[in-house]
Amino acid sequence: MPVLTLPAAAAWLGDLAGEPLPGRRQEAWRFTDLAPLQAIAAELWSGPDPFSQLALPGGISRIAAAEAQLLLDQGLQSTGSSAAWPVRLNRGASPPLLALRVSGSVEPLQLTIDAAAGQGLLALQLLLVLEEGSSLELLLHHHSQAANATSLLTVAQLGRGARLNLGVLAPGDARASLLSHLAISQAPGSSLALTTAIGGWALSRLEPRIVQSEGAAHTRLRSLQLVAGKELADTHSQVHFAGPEGQLDQLHKVVADGAGRSVFNGAVRVPRQAQQTNAAQLSRSLLLSDRARVDTKPELEIVADDVKCAHGATVSRLQQNELFYLQSRGIAADQASRLLLRGYCDEVLRELPAAAASAHPLQLLLRERP
Amino acid sequence: MIRPDAPLLLEIRDLHARVEDQPILNGVNLSVRAGEIHALMGRNGSGKSTLSKLLAGHPAYSVTGGSVLYRGQDLLALQPEQRARIGLFLGFQYPVEIPGVSNLEFLRVATNARRVERGEEELDTFAFEDLVRERSKLVQMDPAFLERSVNEGFSGGEKKRNEILQMALLEPLVAILDETDSGLDIDALRIVAGGVCQLAGPDNATLLITHYQRLLDLITPDYVHVMAAGRILRTGGKELALELERSGYDWVDQEVA
Repeated sequence: MPVLTLPAAAAWLGDLAGEPLPGRRQEAWRFTDLAPLQAIAAELWSGPDPFSQLALPGGISRIAAAEAQLLLDQGLQSTGSSAAWPVRLNRGASPPLLALRVSGSVEPLQLTIDAAAGQGLLALQLLLVLEEGSSLELLLHHHSQAANATSLLTVAQLGRGARLNLGVLAPGDARASLLSHLAISQAPGSSLALTTAIGGWALSRLEPRIVQSEGAAHTRLRSLQLVAGKELADTHSQVHFAGPEGQLDQLHKVVADGAGRSVFNGAVRVPRQAQQTNAAQLSRSLLLSDRARVDTKPELEIVADDVKCAHGATVSRLQQNELFYLQSRGIAADQASRLLLRGYCDEVLRELPAAAASAHPLQLLLRERP
Repeated sequence: MIRPDAPLLLEIRDLHARVEDQPILNGVNLSVRAGEIHALMGRNGSGKSTLSKLLAGHPAYSVTGGSVLYRGQDLLALQPEQRARIGLFLGFQYPVEIPGVSNLEFLRVATNARRVERGEEELDTFAFEDLVRERSKLVQMDPAFLERSVNEGFSGGEKKRNEILQMALLEPLVAILDETDSGLDIDALRIVAGGVCQLAGPDNATLLITHYQRLLDLITPDYVHVMAAGRILRTGGKELALELERSGYDWVDQEVA
């Protein structure tokens, strides 16, 4: 009888999650090789809590631990997130929780989550409760410089008329993994702009799960993921309209170079009660190499009959006519390619919260020297 | 302005070319001297646009015979960007939209590439903005266009004005304008033609590809060439264009047959 031996970290991670690592036979993990995650040291990150010293602007207060746990549970349940493996792993690690309540319009906030040269798994939780009519602009800035893994669980509740502009800027390390699950519920009249820019990780898995709890909210999703070398970037997004008159505007962009692999699965659920939903999803992938691979799949589940739901997917190389136009003005082919690539990425990057500009996201993600 | 002793800028000799397996130029001969304005006319499909793109270095066309000299240098041996830097300009019939690339940045990089070739200093962002604002006046272009992506969402007239603005910045020696008058209303046509006239001088030459006399009413050509079946069938003065306007191309069919 053959004996299956798993790396130590695989068993340890499975124990933490209370469930073995998902395998390629599971639909949601079909293309996603978790080897880089299994390669990390079987230990929890032991550095200081990056959230402990945070100075909070006026209008933002911390939520006490007991209430925060209750709200976190509620948020996970209402978005159907509780059973997701990255969520189970995160909770199994009993991570520090930063729980914030936002009232009124507050100053922009930035959180830096730097796994640096640390070993093992850095797990963190963030809970945001936006009260009715409040507004927050938040940038989550990830870094890593070693074979470690970052697991961030973000749970957000947007009250009526609340506005959240949330950005994730994550230039990674070719040995590191990033697991980011975002469970966001939106009350009517609320507005969410979620912009994510992820590139350079051995493995990244982004799981935005958004529920418009009674519909009539606005959700704008912009994402850019870049892979090169042997990196893998995976986004599984899910938007659920639990009431009528909801709006979604989603653009997912990919740059795949080297032998990189990009996975996108964009689920949109429009049940019977979600009449007059207006949803548009577009996935655009740029293939820069013959060895790169892109798997992209819209997954629309529409039961309501009076809705507008558009979706589209393109996979292409740099446009020859665009390149020639630039060359015909004296711009060399390699510089023209770079201009086109920067333009392609900038369409998403310019929507990150303003605080991202000082980090020069284009240079970071395209690995250009400053 | 015809001056027989003016330097020869462009010399096309017995040029043959094909796109994929389709022969499309069948022996083009054309000489252009400094100071001259040439009009290239002919039916759709006669090879006018092919000739212009081929001269600019478009990769879709392969030359199967003949030669092109640009100021005595083998033009066909050069990359498209190199041709532009030494002063060849193609005004596109359909200028390309490039989302995400700022028009201002594009114009600055292009202008500096040409300046470096001419041994001039590169312009920094501020110096370039001054220059581009000044040159924008030539085509009455609103500086707000500079902040937008290259040609993205521009109307037909705005795109053509943007082409002439590029020409004004690059100061080419040979400008080939491929149906620059197409899709323009009367006012835009006047603005564009006015820009071209102001840029034409004794040291440079212009090759206008057009179907219509209305452009040649505004820019008087020294020579008019009629293309058919991939070669230049007849060459004359400005009166040849007027004759075409009156009698059409039927005589061309007879001559080709």
